[in-house]
Amino acid sequence: MVPTDLRYTKDHEWVRLEGTEATVGITEYAANQLGDIVFVELPEVGRTLEQGAVFGVVESVKAVSDLFAPVSGSVVEANAALADKPELVNSEPLGAGWMVRVTVADKAELDGLLDAAAYDALISEG
Amino acid sequence: MPYGPHTPADRARMLATIGIDSVDELFADIPERLRATPLALAEPEPELALAARLEALSRRNQVDLASFLGAGVYRHYSPAAIDQLLLRGEWYTAYTPYQPEISQGTLQSIYEYQSLIAELVGLDVVSASHYDGAAATAEAALMACRATRRERVLVSRAVHRHYRETTATYFLGGGLAVEEIPLVADGPDAGTTDLAALERLLADPDRPVAGVIAGQPNFLGLLEPMAEIGRLAHAAGALFVAVVEPVSLAVLEPPGVYGADIAAGEGQPLGIPAQYGGPYLGILAATDSLVRQVPGRLVGLTTDLDGKRAFVMTLRAREQDIRREKAASNICTNQALLALAASIYLATLGPHGLRDVAALGAVRAAELEAALAEVGVRRLHSGPYLNEFAVRVPDAAAVHRRLIDRGILAGLVLAEAEPDDPSLTDALLVCATEVTTADDIARFADALSAVLRGRPPIAVEAGAGALVGESGGAVPELSR
Amino acid sequence: MSVTGNRLEPTIFERSSPGRGGGKIPHAPRNALERIPAAQRRTQPPALPELNEPEVVRHYVNLSQLNYAVDTGFYPLGSCTMKWNPKLNEWAARLPGFAGLHPLAPDATAQGTLELLWELEAALVEISGMAAVSLQPAAGAQGELTGILMIRAYHRSRGDMDRTDVLVPDSSHGTNPATATMAGFRTVTIPSAADGGIDLEAFQAALGPRTAAVMITNPSTLGLFETRIGQLLEAVHGVGALAYMDGANLNAILGRFKPGEAGFDVMHFNVHKTFSTPHGGGGPGAGPVGVGPALVPFLPAPRVVRGDDGGFRLERSGERPSSIGRMRSFVGNTGVLVRAYAYILAHGGAGLREVSDDAVLAANYLRVRLAGTFDQPFGDRACKHEFVASAASIKKATGVRTLDIAKRLIDYGYHPPTIYFPLIVEEGMLIEPTETEPIETLDAFADALIAIATEARETPELVLEAPHDTPVRRLDEAAAARQPNLRWRAMAGAETPCPD
Repeated sequence: MVPTDLRYTKDHEWVRLEGTEATVGITEYAANQLGDIVFVELPEVGRTLEQGAVFGVVESVKAVSDLFAPVSGSVVEANAALADKPELVNSEPLGAGWMVRVTVADKAELDGLLDAAAYDALISEG
Repeated sequence: MPYGPHTPADRARMLATIGIDSVDELFADIPERLRATPLALAEPEPELALAARLEALSRRNQVDLASFLGAGVYRHYSPAAIDQLLLRGEWYTAYTPYQPEISQGTLQSIYEYQSLIAELVGLDVVSASHYDGAAATAEAALMACRATRRERVLVSRAVHRHYRETTATYFLGGGLAVEEIPLVADGPDAGTTDLAALERLLADPDRPVAGVIAGQPNFLGLLEPMAEIGRLAHAAGALFVAVVEPVSLAVLEPPGVYGADIAAGEGQPLGIPAQYGGPYLGILAATDSLVRQVPGRLVGLTTDLDGKRAFVMTLRAREQDIRREKAASNICTNQALLALAASIYLATLGPHGLRDVAALGAVRAAELEAALAEVGVRRLHSGPYLNEFAVRVPDAAAVHRRLIDRGILAGLVLAEAEPDDPSLTDALLVCATEVTTADDIARFADALSAVLRGRPPIAVEAGAGALVGESGGAVPELSR
Repeated sequence: MSVTGNRLEPTIFERSSPGRGGGKIPHAPRNALERIPAAQRRTQPPALPELNEPEVVRHYVNLSQLNYAVDTGFYPLGSCTMKWNPKLNEWAARLPGFAGLHPLAPDATAQGTLELLWELEAALVEISGMAAVSLQPAAGAQGELTGILMIRAYHRSRGDMDRTDVLVPDSSHGTNPATATMAGFRTVTIPSAADGGIDLEAFQAALGPRTAAVMITNPSTLGLFETRIGQLLEAVHGVGALAYMDGANLNAILGRFKPGEAGFDVMHFNVHKTFSTPHGGGGPGAGPVGVGPALVPFLPAPRVVRGDDGGFRLERSGERPSSIGRMRSFVGNTGVLVRAYAYILAHGGAGLREVSDDAVLAANYLRVRLAGTFDQPFGDRACKHEFVASAASIKKATGVRTLDIAKRLIDYGYHPPTIYFPLIVEEGMLIEPTETEPIETLDAFADALIAIATEARETPELVLEAPHDTPVRRLDEAAAARQPNLRWRAMAGAETPCPD
């Protein structure tokens, strides 16, 4: 079972809301599917993300995948540690492998995302 | 089929295993109305006859002229070891090293190529190779646009015309603009990039510039103020792309030192034959910070499961086979075998040998300049050059043709290469390299003198440097 | 026994010793560069290695022995057509008259090569059914860019400025969508139908007034002939778009299908896939482009033209203003084209058709031999010159993946097939035997794959850890990409000592 305090997208991003700030990363399932992650391209601080739009790219040795913003908002921090240690996304996808923090524009957007049970169901379909 | 293995019995067994009577059945899914009309080609030619035909065709090319033609492709001595090594089937009949366990030879050779070129250009990241100097320059221009997110590139008019035209073609689709920087018209800097004009072009705040491209030596053989051009480019937030000739980098300041962000160039001078246009070697190098913008393959050093050192294609997610429509470039096949040739050339000559090649070219070119001056033919520009320069010759195209009849390929008729530049109307671009002999130079000067004076050549003893002709006199009219 | 040599080689830098080498080029006088301003001169000589000739030769011979190659063994690499590279062709390209000719040599001194190029164009026109051919593109991918840029120019010449889309099947080579992007178009991906062909319904739904071009590989990258090609082409032309054929798989259909006759508007040839020019460890290639009548005016410049006197010349700068321009310097990869020309003449029309017949026969023979062991994603349908076999069932039963099977094949002495391409087949292996492998080789290869399938069930660790007998084992590709080391430095030498 994936953690219940997070919300998920069908594209395998997770989002954790704390006050008006949300932290975003990719799920353990996604990290496993991609394999050894070697590079993460993240937006600059201050950029405005739009829910559902591409905000970055994650690369493994032989695959590349877009990152889709689970919520709209302004980027307050991108995880600088991933520049030197992209493997954190594999080892701690929900922790030190987080990608961006954003100031959420509209908390109601989170209601449209998957909860843990729904995401679990999605990934168990294969 | 000349190289086929199958006996009638083999074919019969294969058909029987498949369960069909004729190979035609395997093509039954081609709709009948779309099937091909018969191939109207000649009968198969046995190797004996074909070899004779090819040899006869090759003899219809005239390659025994004393040549002073460069203009982007240079004759150099290629040590015998290079071609013998290239003929090893393990090199030329292998595919792209997608299976690293059985491709360490190719992979290590590419890593070494990247390292050798990095030494020459003074930049850390070198692509595994591009098609040629023109395509590498076009890719460099696109890199500059991606890296700066700007859409306008300035290219010096003294960059090889083919490179400028190729860049323009590569820019057709992307809504990108390429504009030319004019050259200084007269004075000591004539023929080099006009810095004042460059400054003006860079100053337009509404149309920021992604990259500035200049060649060293430039197409006219002249040395450009590269450090100055780079400073101007960087002051405007643009990247600086240097178009380089690799042999010259044994003696000229390398791009990494004078501030270039990207170097592009033609690797043909590194031991690769002229062969009427290719295959050559596109050199593309960049600073470390641009590594993810570099198109094409890269090989890196790593280890295997046992910790043994090994080489592998890396950063592959930039490439078309993985990134598809989001790839930086569509390049797939490159010029790996030519990169190998260049590596063997550099390893065989070493730093001293390569310096000798560059420096001897400079010596021979100075001798050529002096010999031509003795018959009244003078340089078009006055700035420093390495081994190629333009000379003023009245009715250059006709003179060039008449010199061929005298066994001389008198360089390039500049008006044919650059028809819209009036300053180049009556001029030839000539070069010398270490393979140019004193006798070649003497024959050229003598024949030129004769053609210009409309009289038969005067015999010159082989190796003699002295020439007839008045020194310092006005160029005589061409008599026909 | 290893399929390659197994003695690792130090880098050329580690073999260097200061003061070694020389004897190739006369020394230049000390003052040779005095006339070059000091500010323009290099102060530090480049740190190139210093070796004598025997050391250089041993280095490159030893390195070569770490490679698998067509000259050393069977290379069934699907979509790459690793066919025999005839030795005559290498000889021909090195003839002094061909190799020594400067690309800006006056036409009068280049008649032999110009005639060869002219004749090669004519042969490719005949083979493809197209109206004209340009030999300029340096490789297949550059041929694609040339073709799509010509299509762009064609639409614009008609004032048709709103075509933004290029349709590409999901089974295509990555170069197709990458090319569309380079040429300024948006890629629209079309799914494949269950039979491996293009899904006609999805295709027609995507087609419209915004479609500039459709890029189709035929036979497809699954090795299957696109049986609905007639309908597809009619639909393309019905909306005013043009049809591009990726000629990567032309080796299957020589003398059987001419793209130009069938209605394709433009195609490229990969001369290394169809006309035997060697791959060279990744290149060089050449990617001639054939066009139908509508696109002839847009062909890249310069073309070879024949004068009234029967002589040949190159087009002059600006002679054909409608041309899309230049794709590269000079006329093309002529040295490669000499080899392709020799191959075509050696075969003639009958021989070329036999090439395709035998390539398709060999592929189907292998397909049938492996049918009971590996999944056939497209059933019993005849393939063309290559076919996809899948290890999906083996993976489900044993955990052994296609990657492992491919690596195990190396222990059996073979270069693995292309794996995981096209992406649409699970655990796919794209196998292409080519026309020049004797039946004994085909049988031995099939036997090896069947034996590996048995190993996967009985001794899976043997397969999972393969290859066992190569100079290096599986590599740490993640480390290579995370901290790229792309050039030799003394530091790297200290950290990873020379293997010998």
